[in-house]
Amino acid sequence: MNDIPDSTPVDLNKVYEESNIQEVLDQLDRELIGLKPVKSRIREIAALLLVDKLREQVQLRAQSPSLHMCFTGNPGTGKTTVAMRMAEILHRLGYVREGHVVAVTRDDLVGQYIGHTAPKTREVLKKAMGGVLFIDEAYYLYKPENERDYGAEAIEILLQVMENQREDLVVILAGYKDRMDRFFLSNPGMSSRIAHHIDFPDYTPDELLEIAKLMMAGLNYRFSPEGEKTFAEYIVKRMEMPNFANARSIRNALDRARLRQANRLFASHDKALTRQDLLTIEADDILASRVFTQSSNQ
Amino acid sequence: MRITQGQFSFLPDLTDEQITSQIKYALKNNWAVNVEYTDDPHPRNTYWEMWGMPMFDLRDPAGIMMEVQDCRKTYPDQYIRVTAFDSTRGWETPRMSFIVNRPKEEPGFQLLRQESDGRHIRYTLHSYATDKPEGQRYR
Repeated sequence: MNDIPDSTPVDLNKVYEESNIQEVLDQLDRELIGLKPVKSRIREIAALLLVDKLREQVQLRAQSPSLHMCFTGNPGTGKTTVAMRMAEILHRLGYVREGHVVAVTRDDLVGQYIGHTAPKTREVLKKAMGGVLFIDEAYYLYKPENERDYGAEAIEILLQVMENQREDLVVILAGYKDRMDRFFLSNPGMSSRIAHHIDFPDYTPDELLEIAKLMMAGLNYRFSPEGEKTFAEYIVKRMEMPNFANARSIRNALDRARLRQANRLFASHDKALTRQDLLTIEADDILASRVFTQSSNQ
Repeated sequence: MRITQGQFSFLPDLTDEQITSQIKYALKNNWAVNVEYTDDPHPRNTYWEMWGMPMFDLRDPAGIMMEVQDCRKTYPDQYIRVTAFDSTRGWETPRMSFIVNRPKEEPGFQLLRQESDGRHIRYTLHSYATDKPEGQRYR
């Protein structure tokens, strides 16, 4: 360590360009609307890993940072989507070797009888090594009302591997905020082994409209100008209704709008159709929604 | 006497790093890898005990290395091998198999002669290690 003088110059820009990380971050900005705190955290992690790479070049070795994460947020705020992205980002930065995601829930980890849980959990962990293990709705692992539940065993094995083999895999837990907090309260060991607790904020109506447009573009549809205006109204109305699940509700609404558009095109069969007609969602397709009829009844 | 079974057995023992690269090659070909152990080194003993289930759908050798280490910890004085099985139709057979752990002392084999009818001689091998019952060999 001593044979390298402290004044050795290092080239941050070169490492930065080699990693292609800007490309990934740009893509993230383009494809994920809003989510400011999430993006800034990803940026921080990316910076840390890049600097670590540089430090290694001048033989300033440090233990690899713990990158286990916990994503909390309301339904449809993009937790799963970001987890999938995270694997790619960490792969580009050379933190994980393969960059695949193994998404599991309680069923995949916890067994049905004594001695079944440990091999099951280990098998999942082995599959996830070199990549990211994404545990959706992680709070179901722990059931305080049943002390003989095997979930605790799975958590124990998980903790052990998270601690001892952090260079082999990254664990991401996800779930709704309040239940996740309760989960961590009863499993303090889990909470302290997770370095990054990221909260996913709800989307604003403007962001949701952006997301809708992005989804439409992905499906090769577009709004007519009136259609877009109506959909903005729809979003505001829908947000006030119960069971609003952010981007997921938007996706469902778009799916229903596509149904109505298809129906409308069928009904107007005597008219000659163009590519434009197939492509465009009109205001009528959205106005027929339950959201508008119900609020006008009240 | 050092036994030579499977791949690489005429080479010096593989390091963990080399084992990892070999496993990586197997995984790249979508072969299922498993870990087996035995204390009966007879060359015709093909059925070794299995250490856990064969591992399917793995992407990275770290998980298999974890099992290898666990098996070494439990049976430091036995033979341990890693086998990669190819399930492709037409193959359906192990494609790789190599020893990753061996006892510190390998007593070797005795040549047995049996005189049969007409002064014919039949030859066979007998491992000195198997004089003792299973579990007490190589101590």
